[in-house]
Amino acid sequence: MCGIVGLFAKSPGIEERLGVHLTAMLAQMSNRGPDSAGVAVYRDPAPFGSSKLTLYSADPHEHWGALCDELGDAFGGEHEPNVRASHAVVLVETGAAEAEAWVRSRHPELRVMSAGRVIEIYKEVGRPEVFADQFHLTDVHGTHALGHTRMATESRVTTEGSHPFSTGLDLCLVHNGSLSNHNTLRRALRREGIEFQTENDTEVAAGYLAWRLREGASLEQALEGCLDDLDGFYTFAVGTADGFAVLRDPIACKPAVLAETDDWVAMASEYHAIAVLPGADDARMWEPEPGVVYVWEQARV
Amino acid sequence: MSDTVSTGTSRAGEWHPGLRESYLFDRNTIAEIQRAAREGIYDIRGFGAKRSLPHFDDLLFLGASVSRYPLEGYRERCDTNVTLGTRFAKRPLELKIPVTIAGMSFGALSAPAKEALGRAATEVGTSTTTGDGGMTPEERGHSKLLVYQVLPSRYGMSPDDLRRADAIEVVVGQGAKPGGGGMLLGYKISDRVAAMRDLPKGIDQRSACRHPDWTGPDDLEIKIGELREITDWEKPIFVKVGATRTYYDVQLAVKAGADVIVVDGMQGGTAATQDVFIEHVGIPTLCAIPLAVQALQELGLHREVQLIVSGGIRTGADVAKALALGADAVSIGTAALVAMGDNSPEYEEQYRKIGSSAGFYDDWQAGRDPAGISTQDDELASHFDPVLGGRKVANYLRVLTLETQTLARACGKSHVHNLEPEDLVALTIEAAAMARVPLAGTNWIPGLNGSL
Amino acid sequence: MVTGTEPVTEVVDLALTPLRELNQRLHDVATAGEGPRHWRVVNPRGAHAVACGLDAELDVEIDGHVGYYCAGMNQLATVRVRGNAGTGLAENMMSGLVVVDGSASQSAGATGRGGLLVVRGDAAARCGISMKGVDIVVRGSVGHLSAFMAQTGCLVVCGDAGDALGDSIYEARLYVRGTVAGLGADCIEKEMREEHVAQVRDLLARAEVDDVDPADFRRYGSARQLYTFKIDNAGAY
Repeated sequence: MCGIVGLFAKSPGIEERLGVHLTAMLAQMSNRGPDSAGVAVYRDPAPFGSSKLTLYSADPHEHWGALCDELGDAFGGEHEPNVRASHAVVLVETGAAEAEAWVRSRHPELRVMSAGRVIEIYKEVGRPEVFADQFHLTDVHGTHALGHTRMATESRVTTEGSHPFSTGLDLCLVHNGSLSNHNTLRRALRREGIEFQTENDTEVAAGYLAWRLREGASLEQALEGCLDDLDGFYTFAVGTADGFAVLRDPIACKPAVLAETDDWVAMASEYHAIAVLPGADDARMWEPEPGVVYVWEQARV
Repeated sequence: MSDTVSTGTSRAGEWHPGLRESYLFDRNTIAEIQRAAREGIYDIRGFGAKRSLPHFDDLLFLGASVSRYPLEGYRERCDTNVTLGTRFAKRPLELKIPVTIAGMSFGALSAPAKEALGRAATEVGTSTTTGDGGMTPEERGHSKLLVYQVLPSRYGMSPDDLRRADAIEVVVGQGAKPGGGGMLLGYKISDRVAAMRDLPKGIDQRSACRHPDWTGPDDLEIKIGELREITDWEKPIFVKVGATRTYYDVQLAVKAGADVIVVDGMQGGTAATQDVFIEHVGIPTLCAIPLAVQALQELGLHREVQLIVSGGIRTGADVAKALALGADAVSIGTAALVAMGDNSPEYEEQYRKIGSSAGFYDDWQAGRDPAGISTQDDELASHFDPVLGGRKVANYLRVLTLETQTLARACGKSHVHNLEPEDLVALTIEAAAMARVPLAGTNWIPGLNGSL
Repeated sequence: MVTGTEPVTEVVDLALTPLRELNQRLHDVATAGEGPRHWRVVNPRGAHAVACGLDAELDVEIDGHVGYYCAGMNQLATVRVRGNAGTGLAENMMSGLVVVDGSASQSAGATGRGGLLVVRGDAAARCGISMKGVDIVVRGSVGHLSAFMAQTGCLVVCGDAGDALGDSIYEARLYVRGTVAGLGADCIEKEMREEHVAQVRDLLARAEVDDVDPADFRRYGSARQLYTFKIDNAGAY
């Protein structure tokens, strides 16, 4: 099972210190998720025509610089990798889908954690406090972020099995709960061409959303589809380029708390992860209704 | 709720040409289909799984030989003590023998039956466990060591009882019905049971299968924290599961903070549940133990978080084999009831009157037990002598212990906990694969290695 | 210096003091039979199991939001939360009074066996689940599956109730002033007679809710059709 946190900045002050707040929130969730941790941060948009990939390597001496040179040769430009622990964020002068496909075919030994214009996903096994430290999470700024701490239920504790799962460009999913029909869904989604790396039920939910979006559904429609097609218990938080969405299953046994001030909107499995935010004492607090899709988005300029 | 007796012997030996029984539609199956057609409700009964399953009988010990030396019986020590709850509790449980009495409710059992269990356990230095109805003063009075269950129903739950208990057992499920809740039919909801459970008298108690205030191991972690806070961290917290996805369940229970894990295999008994639940849900005790032990070993907590195993423990051989596979202790339920007189031939005439027979009686849900054990009827319960019953169960517990020691000594062990999987071999391929010990006469453990 | 008329309040700051110490000190008053009666807890910041297992006539005020199981298994004490409460507020309370100024998360008052629980804001899903004698008054609304398998006791909801109210209810009494999104299995509306109005009036008074009219409530309870297993009810199981 797990802990979920989400933070959406409404003011520049919160944007600058997004990583600081996210780290504090994650630490509060380590008891319900001691096995691994992960975050999806939305920040530093790639220039128009470019995209960002977050890549993972099992090799501690991975030559990220050489990879960037290759990408420069293929698509133009000269960019340095932004390395954090076992991950690197690389800027590629082409669309995200093409960049991702290139890496998957040329460097199958690397794992693509995320692809898009704004998203960066970091995830690793180990306690959340250690994760935050390894990845210098407190340095990170951004417009919004989702975080997750994992207590593995029926699949192994691995890096790939950690959340957030990337469901598509600039999209990600974190989950607290346990699905009961994910094996059947996985088989159906495989037939639709969705690929899976783990036995994890959350990965199936992420694949389901990716499939629905690919087939033309809006995010709301895809999430509403979960109510019909997914069986089990879940609180989902989905990250998008502009914000995030939250959905609880109709039985709603797994927790979810939402809070809002003039400076931020936050979501967590337990209130004490929100209590660490500035102004939390006076925040408006509520719980999402079961079976209802909630969406927050940055106003587009 | 079955009234038909299936002795299975009514026509045994009475063969003539043309009488050929179907394997699929045998007499028992036919009788059950006809009962369902008559009554329009599923068959509810007590007892555990009755069908044949891979079990401890499929394992054998490798006794002493030229390479291993035995210990002398009686003279050379073979210790049997076990400590439960060393992980976090201020006051772990110290047991003299590695056999405890499993959770059985007052309601499912009569008051004198619960008293007998308490007397026996106290006499031999082990614990009893409350059930789905709460703690009675008699049980607390008669049991020196009492484990208090926290079940989905929370019938009779009280902080005073929590504080009076010696350990607390959070029940996620039991082997007879993993995923099902407690069940008590109207005839057993007497005035006293109704009062304890805050229910109207004489109705059929409906069951909750999930806890009311937590779902999932992450929230269980917080719940265990609350129970510890209420009892000032003094008492060990057990988590009990029916054996299904045992490897994950044990890891999750440990991550949620359990001091002790109780794994109840599918053969575990019950006072009342649907026959289909008993026979078709859960995995056998034999394969649950290695899964639980593996989970604990991978977390580096085997023996630090203790493992109690139940479900079909009948003899000292079963006890010794469970310990050899890595359990710290076992728990008995059905066996304790049989020891104190359930299904005894002395009640044969009364069993016949209610459509059953000694050795077959499993309608524990009906509350008409002539032995006075699984009944709330005062008249029937008065037939049961708790002092005599207690002595019988104490005798039986001593025999279990002596048998375990005999086998352990033959394997050269000075403590029953030193029994290990390598002391065992299996008689069948299934048992070898499930228990993860070699097929006798070979090195082969199906699934783990390939050599014969 | 303590005068005869001013109670001394013991203040505990959970930002500085471990929760374990707070709860131990509260429990010690019960064990010792003496000790401070009035307590104020500050900076709870969503901590779990605050003031749980109390067993004496204490008066505990908590300044801020609490996490799960606040006042769990409360006996004899009065606990006030000046904020919101997480899951399982006052679960299995035996007696005494628990009041929350804000809202409560799910399973508020779960399996409670006595005493009075008051939520001035909203309570979420499963309010009063499996209640066994506690009285609960909610000034706001309650979520779905409230009073699920409620055995005995009283739930008074001044706002609305969510879906599946009183599913599989036994003998508990439910009063709702607003709309009920849906009734659960075996739960039906029942006649509101003078004695029921009186019961609501009494509970509202004890809960210090004085801005609603007891006559505006409707009563819900068990149809008692599930009290014995009958095949015709198979759809309800």
